[in-house]
Amino acid sequence: MSRILELVLNGRRRVDAVPDNLLLLDYLREVVGLTGTKTGCDGGECGACTVLIDDQPRLSCLTLAATVNGQRVDTVEALGHDGRLSAVQRGFHEKLGSQCGYCTPGFIMASAGLLRRNPHPSEDDIRAALGSNICRCTGYVKIIEAVKYAAELHASGVSP
Amino acid sequence: MNEVVAAHNIGAYVPMVDGPDKVSGRAKYTADLIAPGLLAGRIFRSPYSHAEILDVDVSAALRLPGVKAVVTGADCDKTFGVLPIARSEHPLARDKVRYRGEPVAAVAAVDDATAKRALGLIKLTVRELPAHYTSQSAMAAGASTIHAQRPNNIERDVLFELGSVEQGFQQADLVREGTYDCAEVCQNQMEMHAALAHYDAERERMTVYASTQVPYYVHLMLAQILDMDMSRIRVIKPHVGGGFGCRTEALNVELIAALLARRAGGSVRMMINREETFITHRGRPQTDIRLKLGMRKDGKITAVECECYQRGGAHSGYGIVTILYSGSMLYAIYDLHNVKYIGKRVLTNTPPCGAFRGHGTVDIRFAFESLLDEMAGELSLDPLAVRRANYLTAPTFTDNDLMVNSYGLPQCVDWVEQASGWRTRRGKPAKGEGGMRKGLGFACSHYISGASKPVNWTGEPHATVKIKLDFDGSIVVLSGAADIGQGSSTILVQTVAEVLGLDLARIRVVTGDSEVVPKDNGSYSSRVTFMVGNAAIDAAQNLKRVLVAAAARKLEAKPEEIECLGELYRAGAQDKGLTFNEVVTEALKDTGTITVTGNYSTIPQSHGGKKYRGAAIGGTMGYSYSAQVVEVSVDEDTGVVTVDKVWVAHDCGKALNRLTVEGQVQGSVWMGMGQAMSEETAYHDGLLITGNMLDYRVPTIEDSPPIEVGIVESNDPHGPFGAKEAGEGSLAAFLPALTNAIADAIGVRFNELPVTPDRVFAALEKRRRAGNGSAGKASNRDS
Repeated sequence: MSRILELVLNGRRRVDAVPDNLLLLDYLREVVGLTGTKTGCDGGECGACTVLIDDQPRLSCLTLAATVNGQRVDTVEALGHDGRLSAVQRGFHEKLGSQCGYCTPGFIMASAGLLRRNPHPSEDDIRAALGSNICRCTGYVKIIEAVKYAAELHASGVSP
Repeated sequence: MNEVVAAHNIGAYVPMVDGPDKVSGRAKYTADLIAPGLLAGRIFRSPYSHAEILDVDVSAALRLPGVKAVVTGADCDKTFGVLPIARSEHPLARDKVRYRGEPVAAVAAVDDATAKRALGLIKLTVRELPAHYTSQSAMAAGASTIHAQRPNNIERDVLFELGSVEQGFQQADLVREGTYDCAEVCQNQMEMHAALAHYDAERERMTVYASTQVPYYVHLMLAQILDMDMSRIRVIKPHVGGGFGCRTEALNVELIAALLARRAGGSVRMMINREETFITHRGRPQTDIRLKLGMRKDGKITAVECECYQRGGAHSGYGIVTILYSGSMLYAIYDLHNVKYIGKRVLTNTPPCGAFRGHGTVDIRFAFESLLDEMAGELSLDPLAVRRANYLTAPTFTDNDLMVNSYGLPQCVDWVEQASGWRTRRGKPAKGEGGMRKGLGFACSHYISGASKPVNWTGEPHATVKIKLDFDGSIVVLSGAADIGQGSSTILVQTVAEVLGLDLARIRVVTGDSEVVPKDNGSYSSRVTFMVGNAAIDAAQNLKRVLVAAAARKLEAKPEEIECLGELYRAGAQDKGLTFNEVVTEALKDTGTITVTGNYSTIPQSHGGKKYRGAAIGGTMGYSYSAQVVEVSVDEDTGVVTVDKVWVAHDCGKALNRLTVEGQVQGSVWMGMGQAMSEETAYHDGLLITGNMLDYRVPTIEDSPPIEVGIVESNDPHGPFGAKEAGEGSLAAFLPALTNAIADAIGVRFNELPVTPDRVFAALEKRRRAGNGSAGKASNRDS
C-alpha cells in the first residue's frame, strides 16, 4: 500500500506517493536523492541518519516516511545560506569535528537541533545531545570543540 | 610597496581541503552513487562454520522474475588475498565453507526486495565438518584441517632468538612472567562496505567504485578474479567513511559485485549491512601472549621472551605479516638485546582477521608495558624511570636490523610527565566519594611510517605523484593516495603549496580514479605522509625548476638569480619581476600544458634484516613514538571505570598540519580506549553475536574523556619536512596505560581485555571474599 506524503522538505513543499513501509531514510536517499543523510547501521544504533523533524533531531532510519506527513523535515543539505556554511558546518570543518565525514551529517543535524533549542549549551549539554551519535574517527574531542565554536558563531549572528 | 613573501602553511592548523564537501552533505560515498537502472546485489552466506559443499542450487532463484544474475563459487575458480604468497580465499566459497557468514552465492536483481527474495530460494547442501573457534582447539592434535596447504592450521610459525635470553635472564635482578589475553576487535568504521560495478559488455571493460584504502589492490584482485587484462579495469575510490585497516586488502564485496555485473551485463550496486560488514571483518585477532622479562634493579631490561598466538580466522589475509610485526616491533622502542620470539598465526573457523590500526603491535605492547609497570612496582622504581633506563640512542640499528634515525620518545615521556603532574600526583590514589578511587597510569608505544618494502614489490618507486599546470595557472596534484578521512589529500596540497610558496587555494588535488591518477601503494601502515609526501615535494621541486627556468628566460637572467616568492618571480629585490601567471604563460610557450612527476623510494638500509625468515617486516623509514598518562576513577561498588583524562605526546617528526595531527592522535587514543574497555567481537559456535553497534560497544561521546595532545618534533632526516606518522602510534599505549592506572587506583591488575565493569566487579568481589585488600591479579588464567 502507498499513501500520499505531503511535507516541507528543506524549506520546500513536496508531495510524493510512498509505500507504507518506506523508511524516511530511504525516502530521502533513494527517492529524493538527498544522499547527505547516511546509513551507518541496521537500525537505531549509530545516529548517522539524524535529521530534524519540526526542529527535533530524529533517526530517519527508525521513522516511516508516511509518518512525517504535514511536518517539516530538514537534512544537512538545508543548512547554510547563499552557499555559505552554517555555524555548525563551519565548526565541524574548521575545528576538525569531521574526519572521514560519514557520521558528520548526523552529528551536524543533532548539533543544529541542540543550538535551535539551546543556543548556549554547556559541555555536558553537548555530550547529552550527541550521546546517540557514534563517530569512529575523532574521539569526539574536536566534535565538542566544533559545537562550542558553532555556538559562538551562532551568538555572533551566523545561522545554526 | 608591501613586501612580497612566499606563503607558508607547514606547521599551521589547516582544515581539510575536502571539509566543505563533508559538512555540507555533498561528499559522495560509494552507497551515494545512485543512478537509474542499477541492479541490487545481495550475498547468500553460509550458515555453517565448516562444511564441505555438496550442492548450491540456485535454479529457483534464477527463475524468479526480476533476477538478472546469480553467481556461485562454480563461476570463479581463482583465489585472492593481499599477500602474493598466501592467496587462500575465493570470492564465493568453492568446495568448502570455512566460517559462518562466508559468501556462497550472490544475486543481482532489479530491486533489493527481489534480490532478498531470491536469496531465500537458494539451497545449500553440505556435509558438516568439525569446526574450531579458538587457536588452542585448531592447533590440537587431530583437529580438522581448514586449508589443505596448512595441515596443522598454522598459517605461520615464527621463531627467532637474537642474543641469548638465557644469559639475559641471568643478568637480571628480577624476572617476571605474565600471560595476557586480548579479545578480537573490529574496525567498525562508520561507512558499511559498498561497491558499485559497471560492466561494459560491448567494450569488455569493468569499472568498479569501491570503499577501499588501496584502489591498486582492488585493481589487481579484480584482474585476477575476473581473469581480465588489467588495462580493461578501472577502479574509482569515492569518499571513504573510514577504514582503520579493514580496507587495506581487496574484499569479497567488490569482487562479487564485479562478478555479478559481468554476468548481468550491467551495473550492480552492492551495499552490505552493518552485520555483514562485521562478518567481512579483517579486524585484530584474539591474541594470547606469554611474556617474560628480565630487569636489573636500575630498570634496565636484560632479556625478553615472548610467545604469541593469534586466532587468525578462516583465511590467510594479512596473517603472516601480523604475526611477524608482533615479533619485530618488540624492537625499535627500547634498547633491547637478548630477545626471543615465538609466534603462531592460527587458522580458525571464524571470520578472517586483517590489519587493524597499529597492525600487529597493539596487543604485544599491552603485554610489554603492563609487565614493565608491574616490575617497576616490585623494584620500587618510577614507571617513567624504567623507560628512561632503556632508551635508544638514535641514529642506530636494532638487533633485528631496524633503522632508527629519529627518536623523540624521551621528549614524549617528559611532556606527559609535566602535563599530567605525574610527579606530584602519582601513587597517591585519592579516595573519592563512596567507593570511588582514582589512579594514574603510564605507557609508551611506537609505529612505523609505512612499510619500507611494499607488499607487491615491483621495482617501481614507493610513491609517484604528478602535477599538472595549465594555462589558467591552476595547479592540480594527481595522486593515487586514498584519502579515507585521515587527511592525505590535505597533506598533498600543503606540501606542494609549501614548496612553491603559494596559497593553498591555488592547488587542487585529484585522487582515487585509476584512469587519471598514478598508481599508489595505498593508505595503510601510515605510509602516505612519508612516502607520498616526499614524492609530492619532489614533484613540486621539479615544477619549480621549470617555472624558474621560464622566469629566467623572460627576465633575461640566470636561473640561480631567480627568487621565487610564490606569486612573484624576480631577479633581485629591485626587480619588478613577473607574476605567477606571467611565468606560467612563459613556461607553457614551447611545451603547452606542463606535467611533472615526483618520485620517492625508500633506502635499502630501511628494508629490515635477514636474520630470520620474514625479518623485513618492521622495516620503515621512520618510527613514531608516543607516551601517555591516563587518569581513571574506579567505582569499587559497581566496577565501572571512568577515564577522566588522557595526556598523550606523539613524536610525529614534524607536524605538517597541527590540526590533523591532533585529530589523528586523539582518534588513535580513543580507539585504543574502545579496545581496552568495551569492544569485543564474540561468537557462539562461530555465529557472530556482536554484529551490531549496541552489542559491539564503541565508546560514545558521554564515555569519552578529554585528550590533551603534546606534539613532539624530532625532525626525521628523511621525512617530508621532517615528518613521520601520526595516525597509529598512539593507539597501543592507551591499553596498558589504562590497566596500569586501574592497578594504581585499586591494586588490581587486569591482563585480560576488554576491562569491562563486570570483570572489574568480579575481581573486586573475589578480593573482598578473600578478605584481602592487597594487590592482586585479575585474569581468568590465574583464577
